[in-house]
Amino acid sequence: MNVTDLTFLALCLPFLGALAAPLLTRALGHNAAWVLALIPVAIFAHFAGFSADVAQGEVVTGGYDWVPSFDVGFSWLIDGLSLTFILLISGIGALIVLYSGGYLKGHPHQGRFFSFLLMFMGSMLGLVASDSFLMLFVFWELTSITSFLLIGFDHHRDAARRAAFQALVVTGGGGLFLLAGLILLWNISGVTQFSALTSLGPVVKASPLYLAALVLVLGGAFTKSAQFPFHFWLPNAMEAPTPVSAYLHSATMVKAGVYLLMRLNPVLGGTVAWQIVLPVFGVATLVIGALLAVRQTDLKLMLAYTTMSSLGLLVLLTGFGAPYAIEAATLYLVAHSLFKGALFMVAGIIDHETGTRDVTRLGGLRSAMPLTFAIALAAAISMGGLPPFFGFLAKEEVYAALSAFDWRSLTFAALAVIGNALMFAVAFAVALTPFTGKPVATPKHAHEAPVLLWLGPAVLALAGLAAAFLSSTVHALISSPMASAVAGEPRTVTMSLTPHLGVPLALSALTVAIGIGFYLGLARLRAGTAALLAAIGWGPDRGFDQAIRGLLRLSFAVTRWLQNGRLDTYMAVTFVMVAIVLLVPPFLFGELARPPIFPAIPLHEFAIMAIAVIGLFAVVLAKDRLTAIVSLGIQGFSVAVIFLLYGAPDLAFTQFMIETLAVVILALVMTRLRLSPSDHRPRRETLPDAAIALACGLGATLLLLKVTEGPFNTALTDFFNQYSKTIAHGGNVVNVIIVDFRGTDTLGEIAVVMIAGLAVLSLVRLRAGSMRRIADNDPDAEEAGR
Amino acid sequence: MKSLIFRTAAPVIVGVMLLFSIFVLLRGHNEPGGGFIGGLIAVAALSIYGIAFGVETVRRAIVFHPLAISGAGLLLATLSGLLSMVFHVPFMSGLWVYPVILGEEIPLSSVMTFDIGVYLVVVGAVTSIALSLEERGED
Repeated sequence: MNVTDLTFLALCLPFLGALAAPLLTRALGHNAAWVLALIPVAIFAHFAGFSADVAQGEVVTGGYDWVPSFDVGFSWLIDGLSLTFILLISGIGALIVLYSGGYLKGHPHQGRFFSFLLMFMGSMLGLVASDSFLMLFVFWELTSITSFLLIGFDHHRDAARRAAFQALVVTGGGGLFLLAGLILLWNISGVTQFSALTSLGPVVKASPLYLAALVLVLGGAFTKSAQFPFHFWLPNAMEAPTPVSAYLHSATMVKAGVYLLMRLNPVLGGTVAWQIVLPVFGVATLVIGALLAVRQTDLKLMLAYTTMSSLGLLVLLTGFGAPYAIEAATLYLVAHSLFKGALFMVAGIIDHETGTRDVTRLGGLRSAMPLTFAIALAAAISMGGLPPFFGFLAKEEVYAALSAFDWRSLTFAALAVIGNALMFAVAFAVALTPFTGKPVATPKHAHEAPVLLWLGPAVLALAGLAAAFLSSTVHALISSPMASAVAGEPRTVTMSLTPHLGVPLALSALTVAIGIGFYLGLARLRAGTAALLAAIGWGPDRGFDQAIRGLLRLSFAVTRWLQNGRLDTYMAVTFVMVAIVLLVPPFLFGELARPPIFPAIPLHEFAIMAIAVIGLFAVVLAKDRLTAIVSLGIQGFSVAVIFLLYGAPDLAFTQFMIETLAVVILALVMTRLRLSPSDHRPRRETLPDAAIALACGLGATLLLLKVTEGPFNTALTDFFNQYSKTIAHGGNVVNVIIVDFRGTDTLGEIAVVMIAGLAVLSLVRLRAGSMRRIADNDPDAEEAGR
Repeated sequence: MKSLIFRTAAPVIVGVMLLFSIFVLLRGHNEPGGGFIGGLIAVAALSIYGIAFGVETVRRAIVFHPLAISGAGLLLATLSGLLSMVFHVPFMSGLWVYPVILGEEIPLSSVMTFDIGVYLVVVGAVTSIALSLEERGED
């Protein structure tokens, strides 16, 4: 097996694991986690093998043709950026699988959970590995779908279902923006792969469609990465089991939007629009997220809002454009995945062992859970940006990027200090408050977590420590290649634990000082923000509900209006539309047919046409409906005879049968519907119908006349006449076309025939009592009924 | 229907029509005819039978539910198309064999089984519509 096949296998492995997970869990119980964790470990090992090459600045691409005619491939791109993401996804993924083994131990659907989790892992890996636009989009939406399944895992709870639905609508809807954006990029550049796009130079930035492409791509990235005002789905997604929150909603999926921005930075970045929109949205998200985090008392919600802040910081840095900004984004991204994943898992441990996540009902756990306390503290120190953890390096680099002496940098630096100080306070509120102080009685008697639970966060916390001490190795293998890939030019990251006196360190010290102040005054700060939010009273979360309700109302009203249940309205609307389509374009574009020249036709043909016309008059003048139906048959049979005379026996044959059956079936329908034998409607109702009928007839006539004006192209006729016998072994060209040359069409048509049969059968079988009334779907009525 | 003449003649007419429908179906590849037309003739025959002797009699006579016949036809047509993939030619390519039976060379093909599928779909679907309309209010 060569590298390409092995890489493909590595990308497929999580999906294969998802198939095996339920069976394995049935056999081994929660210990299946140990086996399933081997999957991400194997993926990690495979891709780690690329790191030496990637560190040298090489880019590994590979893949297969998918739709070669559209230049769409299943191809991957392994550079510093995607490799860092892949290693984070698979590395943290392995720990999360183990953690889920302990967290959902004994859960009746643990196997299903593993299955969903592995499917998500596969989608996320595919997303970051994608070189092809379409592949990225497919995996992007797959992460939305798998995240829907994971958030709604406790599907019997209303809140979980709502959160899952909301996340799917927001991130899936954003995915559609992304699709449009990618298609636009393809249109502008003519390439379908990121590797080709980055090597094109500033083609996209110079295009007049640049702004449209940027807005569409940002629509995808901002919804996925929970930027204000699309952030509301992220805290609600905390309804998911904690392993999901730790994995999807801090370490991986929510970073997909940031990943996309970083991937497209060389293509879209550096422009004025980019350097305004990204920092503004980023900093708004940073500050608002941190403020909202302070208000919460639920450990997971506090962490969720700080995740939102961190994503804001990452977007800010990606778009800031100053020296060190890209480097800071890469360091912060790695650091955040390590400490936030660990903190979420700690929150899950506390919840699991004590039965509550409310920080005001927790305290003094340090003696019962010393190990968890140590892990929590280590992660919080990293999150707070204190040495000797990796978070310190990241924060120094962030301030290095923001500390220039111009008004723009100063504004953003001031806002970043406030946001970071708030995050600092929340970090210690999560990691310190539950463990210190007097022990508080909790719903469950607290004791230390089992190994499956503490292993994951412990490894992540230690990784944060090790990465800081081995910073030169980490930079060489991870940070520098990733920063180079994002910047589109070689970059070297040098930040180490050795403090450099200067503005960044001063800003760090300021952040810590303000942060300690916030921590000590947290109760008052919480009350203050709660009062502020109560005063505002409205948020995007409620806005989402209102939008969905509005959509339901609209669709109900439209349905009521269009589908009013009266067959004659439907028929009238349909035929009016037909008449418009037939009549308006010829008049509008001056395409009217010339007056026809009547050819001299033999008397017997003239007689047959006369019979057809007489049949029509008979239909219109018939006293009762049965006569009208039979008279319609007269007209149809005459037309069939004309077909026969002009050398179309198959058509004539079919027409005969159709006319016969139509008369039989119409007569049956009439008796079935218990119509009165004759039409007693007044003139004012029949005249509009007559007008519509005349308009349709006139339109069809004009169209036919116009069509016959042009010269008849015999290419197809010649082809079929020539090859019908030699290729398809059939003398009847019509039949050969139906069953052989265009057989796939026929296959579709007979499927339609069968579906029509099914539909008619179910319509005929409907009983009045069994019909659901349309009012049952009224959203307002539903509310009233509850 | 009460008419004695109609009820006496109906079985004969229906029998001839059904036979004729199969004849039309099979000759379709070289002469006017084919699955669509043949199927419609068969439906007409079954409708006449239904008008003469009632829907229940028709349902008993055709044994299977009309939509089951339709489904079987769709399956047959699809399989006829898929058969070509076994022989590594594109989907829906016609395949022909010429076995000699009783000294007569009979051309058989996947195109013919496809047309039989069309016939069955039309017979099943349209008969289903006609029969369900005929049994007024009793289903």
